[in-house]
Amino acid sequence: MPTLPPKRRLAAGAALVVAALVTTTACGGGDGDSDGDGKGAGYNAALNKVANASKKTGGTLRMVGKQDLDSADPQRAYYGMSWDFMRFYTRQLVSYDTKPGKAGTKLVPDLATSTAKISDDGKTYTYTLRDGLTWEDGSKLTSKDVKYGIERLWATDTITGGPGYIRQTLDPKGDYKGPYKDSSADGLKAIETPDDQTIIFKLPKRNGDFEQFLAMPAGSPVKKAKDTKAKYTQRPFSSGPYKFSEYKAGKKIVLVRNDKWKKASDPIRPALPDKVDVTISANLEENDKRLMAGDYDVDLNGTGMTQSGRVTAVQKHKDSVDNMHTSFVRYVALIHTAKPFDNVHCRKAVFYGTDFAGLQQTRGGALAAGDIANSTLPKAVPGYSDYDPYGVVERKGKPDAAKAKEELKKCGKPDGFSAKITARNNNPGEVDTAEALQAQLKKVGINVSVEQLDGADSASITGSPSVVRKRGYSMQMSGWGPDFPTGQGYAQPLFDSRFLNENGNYNESQIKDPKIDKMFDDAIAETDPAKAAEIYKKLDKRILDQADWMPFLYEKNITWRGPRLTNAYMSDAYNGRYDYVALGVKK
Amino acid sequence: MAPGGGPEPLTREHGTTAGPRTVLAYLIRRLIAVIIMVLVVLLATFTVFYMLPKWAGQDIAVLFAGKQAGAEQLEGIRAKLGLNDPLIVQFWDFIKGIPMGRDYVNGSDVTHCPAPCFGYSFRTEAPVWETLKDALPVTGALAAGACVLWLGAGVLTGVVSALKRGTIWDRAAMTTALGGVSLPVFFTGMIAMGVFVHNLGWVKIADSLSTDDSIDVWFQTLILPWVVLAFLNAAMYARLTRATMLEVLGEDYIRTARAKGLGEVVVIRRHALRSAMTPILTVFGLDLGVLMGGAVLTESTFNLPGLGLEAVRAISSKDLPVILGVTLCAALAIAIANLVVDLLYAVIDPRVRLG
Repeated sequence: MPTLPPKRRLAAGAALVVAALVTTTACGGGDGDSDGDGKGAGYNAALNKVANASKKTGGTLRMVGKQDLDSADPQRAYYGMSWDFMRFYTRQLVSYDTKPGKAGTKLVPDLATSTAKISDDGKTYTYTLRDGLTWEDGSKLTSKDVKYGIERLWATDTITGGPGYIRQTLDPKGDYKGPYKDSSADGLKAIETPDDQTIIFKLPKRNGDFEQFLAMPAGSPVKKAKDTKAKYTQRPFSSGPYKFSEYKAGKKIVLVRNDKWKKASDPIRPALPDKVDVTISANLEENDKRLMAGDYDVDLNGTGMTQSGRVTAVQKHKDSVDNMHTSFVRYVALIHTAKPFDNVHCRKAVFYGTDFAGLQQTRGGALAAGDIANSTLPKAVPGYSDYDPYGVVERKGKPDAAKAKEELKKCGKPDGFSAKITARNNNPGEVDTAEALQAQLKKVGINVSVEQLDGADSASITGSPSVVRKRGYSMQMSGWGPDFPTGQGYAQPLFDSRFLNENGNYNESQIKDPKIDKMFDDAIAETDPAKAAEIYKKLDKRILDQADWMPFLYEKNITWRGPRLTNAYMSDAYNGRYDYVALGVKK
Repeated sequence: MAPGGGPEPLTREHGTTAGPRTVLAYLIRRLIAVIIMVLVVLLATFTVFYMLPKWAGQDIAVLFAGKQAGAEQLEGIRAKLGLNDPLIVQFWDFIKGIPMGRDYVNGSDVTHCPAPCFGYSFRTEAPVWETLKDALPVTGALAAGACVLWLGAGVLTGVVSALKRGTIWDRAAMTTALGGVSLPVFFTGMIAMGVFVHNLGWVKIADSLSTDDSIDVWFQTLILPWVVLAFLNAAMYARLTRATMLEVLGEDYIRTARAKGLGEVVVIRRHALRSAMTPILTVFGLDLGVLMGGAVLTESTFNLPGLGLEAVRAISSKDLPVILGVTLCAALAIAIANLVVDLLYAVIDPRVRLG
């Protein structure tokens, strides 16, 4: 092929570069005029207050998400976003108040007329159902439906994936075989329904968080005649203000008004939009663009905007942005069974050698990544304190190399040691953060190698102590958020030795500390939340003193709040997301 | 295909035209080869997904169970999916399920997967076939439209470039082609969406596509992916056509054709292009097959609910039965596309017919 003379080649090259730049600029997020239907309610307008408060009904709430609900079946879902979303079509005996901030963690009666009447030394919970409760076909919703829904949790080979709290509390020995195998008239004996309006729970042992369990979608009623077992996820039968009109897993969800739902029977849900339309789209960058263009109102997943999206959003549409805490704590578990982390001083050396501010920077800085962590508990969980034994916050996240060396000497490894850390390659920024930690610890003589793994495999790799041992992992980087806002709902799977399972294990540090276990027992038996919080504060102190588990960030997200949204706020019960069931839209 | 990369002749005896029986025998032979190839691909995929994790000490049942799975629950899942059976039994159950359907049984808990059963997704609680059935039309439409565009534009550009060799047309076409080959779909896709969807608003992309949607919705949603995908592939075809055409145009028989006084159009169309099409068709068969197996990047960029996007979703959620189903589709598509292309050789190249 003949070649162009040098001058012409230069001109052609320059023309190409200019063309590329012009085109790229053309799609760089608009010029600020494409801000949907108008201006946002202000930066952080939905934190601890309601943005665009309104009672106006009508319109379509348009959501987009990269990921679908893990299940639409209330007894099978475990993702926070699914629980938030399910309040559109499920109701529980008690639920979280539809209020911003901390007020949103208060349990208020939903199907029941009041919160539980607790008797028998905290072991019996009695509820009376409201009048006028109906299913989407207009039939009466009774206490037996609530019992049946909860009983489904025992069908563990069919109703998989959901939380096990209610099951473990009411039937710790697993005597009941679930409604599909047990044909006895009584069903689960721990739940009694003397009449259609009354339901009584009999706990073998006190559990101060029992009402929190019932507030999860797992505590939702299911109408027996409509139970399609495993396939229930394809078309759940609604007890809430909306019902399914379309559900294509991984693609689309459309909810429309449930005209049999009566507002008078539901003091919690404002049910403002006429329709809720959810699109699942894998292209995160495009989702952000379409959110900013006003094609969608809110991100279903609540995982925050992409790097390019958040830059445009913060620079050009700051009024439509909230910088939310997600309640997720980013952490590194130091595995006790992996030498030399059986020695507390070696673990402490990691705390001192880590540049927390550097990790924060790697994950996107204070706005996009979050605040430097001092406690194992997130701020929204009672028991959190400003206890900071390693001076992490005091040094503004900077490492203390001298103290790290001192601890290394005390642990008998003055020249450092080698370790292997796991990081999930499908979790944005995690591998980069592990590599940043690798570089930081190298400065004090701790040579860390980074092992990437697929997050979907975590239950069977990092969640399996035998696999962890076989592969020689000694540190695990991950993130954790509360199932419900108490110490039990957050910390027990992480630190209680009785939660150390061969599969799906989250006590990744493999802590076996009888004192910690006892603290959990005491706190759980405590029905006064303030007293339970005091115990969790001590528990947090012990974990930190033992350097069992190193929290490094309280995660924050940059979240898009569409200008059409009304009644938008973040509740501490659904941290990192808006309270979906409260949202409305300007038509 | 014959050794050396050329098309396999449809005859066994030199000098005789292939009769219907020979063609039938050839077809049967090739179909058996397709079935064997697909089975081998399936067995390999089966081993990779079901056995490798097991050998590495992972429990596959955990993938199906989610958080907080008890030992009893895991055992139930193993029984239901037959995970305790030897690999070959599991493989046979899978193959048998395709024509006969299958029941996943654990005591009284039975999940029926009707024929054709390509497995059952316990994530979406639906037979894999239902997922494939929804995704296939999208991938098919994407592949068909893009193919027409890229083959037409690519071959035309290549021919013009070859005929106008060294001119500004040739240089412009080849520079554009170089750009097309160099730019990945996710880049051109984002640019195209930025310009035509977000800035100019000329195209309205639907949130999802189904067979219930109108032709207009399908067209509006697919036009950009067609163009973007065609741009990438047309570039390669233009360069390939140009190179082959230049080679063919230098052949003696072209000179003879011209010397006989044949018109230039006839020389190009009937003699040069026909001969140049054989390698293009070979590449086209492979490309079409790969595309029918799922255009992962294009479908992800434009959120088209086809096989590629299903594959991404299934891989990220470790939905093994769907991964297996998509792999089966992809293998079948490539094998069938190659078979069709081999048959087409006979249509475009008389030498193949005559042996």
